[in-house]
Amino acid sequence: MMDFLLAQAPALLLALPMLGAFLTPVLGRYSETGRNAWVVLVSFLTLVTATALAWVVYTTGTFVYTFGAVSPSLGIPADSGGIPIRILFAVDAMGAFMALSASIVGFAVVLYSLSSVRKLSGKDGYYALLLLLLVGIFGMVCTGDLFNLFVFLEINSLAGAALVAYRIDKGVAVEAGLKYAFISTLGGLMFLFAVGLLYAQYDSLNIAYIASQMAFTFPDKIALVLMIAALALKAGVVPMHFWTPDAYSMAPSSITAILVVASQAGLYGLFRVLFSLYGVTMDYVTVGWIVIILGILSMFIGVTMAIPQKDIKRLMAYHAVSQTGYMLLGVGVCLAVLGDATQMAAFGQTAMEGGIFHIINHAMYKGLLFLTAGAIFLHTGTRNLNKMGGLGHSMKWTMLFFIIGALAIAGIPPFSGFASKLMIYESVFAFSPILSIIAMVVSVLTLASFVKVFHAVFMGPKQPEFEGKGEVPTPMLAGMAILAILTIGFGIFPQQVVDILITPAADALINQGDYIASVLGGMIA
Amino acid sequence: MYLNLPFIGAGLLMLIGIAIILMRKNLVKMIMGLSIVEAGVNLFLVASGYVDGGIPPIFTAAGDTVMVYPTVQAMTLTNIVIGIATTALLLSFVIIVYRRYGTADVDGMRRLRG
Repeated sequence: MMDFLLAQAPALLLALPMLGAFLTPVLGRYSETGRNAWVVLVSFLTLVTATALAWVVYTTGTFVYTFGAVSPSLGIPADSGGIPIRILFAVDAMGAFMALSASIVGFAVVLYSLSSVRKLSGKDGYYALLLLLLVGIFGMVCTGDLFNLFVFLEINSLAGAALVAYRIDKGVAVEAGLKYAFISTLGGLMFLFAVGLLYAQYDSLNIAYIASQMAFTFPDKIALVLMIAALALKAGVVPMHFWTPDAYSMAPSSITAILVVASQAGLYGLFRVLFSLYGVTMDYVTVGWIVIILGILSMFIGVTMAIPQKDIKRLMAYHAVSQTGYMLLGVGVCLAVLGDATQMAAFGQTAMEGGIFHIINHAMYKGLLFLTAGAIFLHTGTRNLNKMGGLGHSMKWTMLFFIIGALAIAGIPPFSGFASKLMIYESVFAFSPILSIIAMVVSVLTLASFVKVFHAVFMGPKQPEFEGKGEVPTPMLAGMAILAILTIGFGIFPQQVVDILITPAADALINQGDYIASVLGGMIA
Repeated sequence: MYLNLPFIGAGLLMLIGIAIILMRKNLVKMIMGLSIVEAGVNLFLVASGYVDGGIPPIFTAAGDTVMVYPTVQAMTLTNIVIGIATTALLLSFVIIVYRRYGTADVDGMRRLRG
């Protein structure tokens, strides 16, 4: 029984939240408590499945799951001449890592939501869309098929946009949702056009097969540009970041935490396209520099836009843009030296690991910060920093979680942000000192910005208008505690986390040949 | 040459759609532009699977003749379904925005800024 379930893990990872999503409104008609219990159960089982999948992938290698085949491991039918025809999932260490990170945040967010959206109406739809958003994320990080990637990208965008608009809020939240949906749909269509260009040449949608045949012709270049633009837009990279502050600030805080992961699924798609689909066949130095420049722009513009903000969530949203820049910087440096074995060994590998480590750290501490912002909003009813103050007297736990998140995002030891940023600084310094210095300056500005927020929100005398309101309910604290513990844990044991989780994920992206061989079974034409 | 006409048409449709999105200020018209881009992508997909003189890809009807590519047709169908969902969601957003703001013009969508 256990083996059978493990053998179906990639399919279960999507089937569980999907079933959960569609049953949620049905259960909600009968019992509110029953529905809440159901959603918690489903998100917990999803977490267990993702953990099991990650365990299988990290111990036995890439997991290929073919839909509709006699045996799921049969990626290539015997009579097809070495071409994978069916839709298949190819979960390598990178995909499993992303799925694990998303499921942890998903579970924390569901716990948090039990209290944070208790007073709002339409919760059936809220939970159903939340689970569907998880389906979109899992699908994007698991699939080995380009068209499948597009479909899950659209599920991700639609569920995300509907959730951004969930709290209509005099129409302002809907304005944010409209912008998000419009932009990401246009991006999705560009991605589909690129998929069409690739299919027309290689007669396949399978990433590994196309990668094995990649000739980097002129249409391939157009497809590459369209894919980079579409996925960078989804990830909220400057200069395509304009939807990020609107959507992140207007969504309910629990949703913002999961939107961070949804954006990272776009980032994952970008890395998958750059490394596994194109890899060394493209002009990796130029593309690597483009990624580096996008990263530097995101870091710097993100943080400078964040400093003058008065809305706490808008401020954090600009910091999210800025932190995405660090991941792009690390991975871009690795891409720029991809074909050079000595430079790869000297710093390329470390840069890649730093960038990927920063992904999971960012998901944890940024999720935590958005959740604390939600707790503050629940308490005060405002997001305006100038109207807050003295909350440290009544919200001790929230204050503690905020400090953990803020120190982690600013890269202060012993929190997780320091570990990944240090890897990025060191390796990028070996590549180009000026880039590393910019990254450090951005980190200092981040710290300055969060000191300001901390002072405005928690310090000062007790405010009479917030009198008599205690700490937020326990489920919200539990959701925040999960993320806070991981933030501290990753900071205290960075070496172990890098060795166990990060290095296999980085290798999975760098070694394009392994990815192709794991799907095509060494039958490279 | 005439086999390239669908591709030219698809490119034109996409350009027209993007031009509408950039030049029109009414949200409903911008969503129409988005649908035209989508139609262009769909036309491109279907056209890329066409084989000159090919028959529909139904195996029971196949003799020794060539068939057109079935995968792109399935992709197009999927994209049409996704497109309907997207358009419905976007239009329902516009309805709410129109009710709350009293306008469906992008110049009115400026409450979030900075």
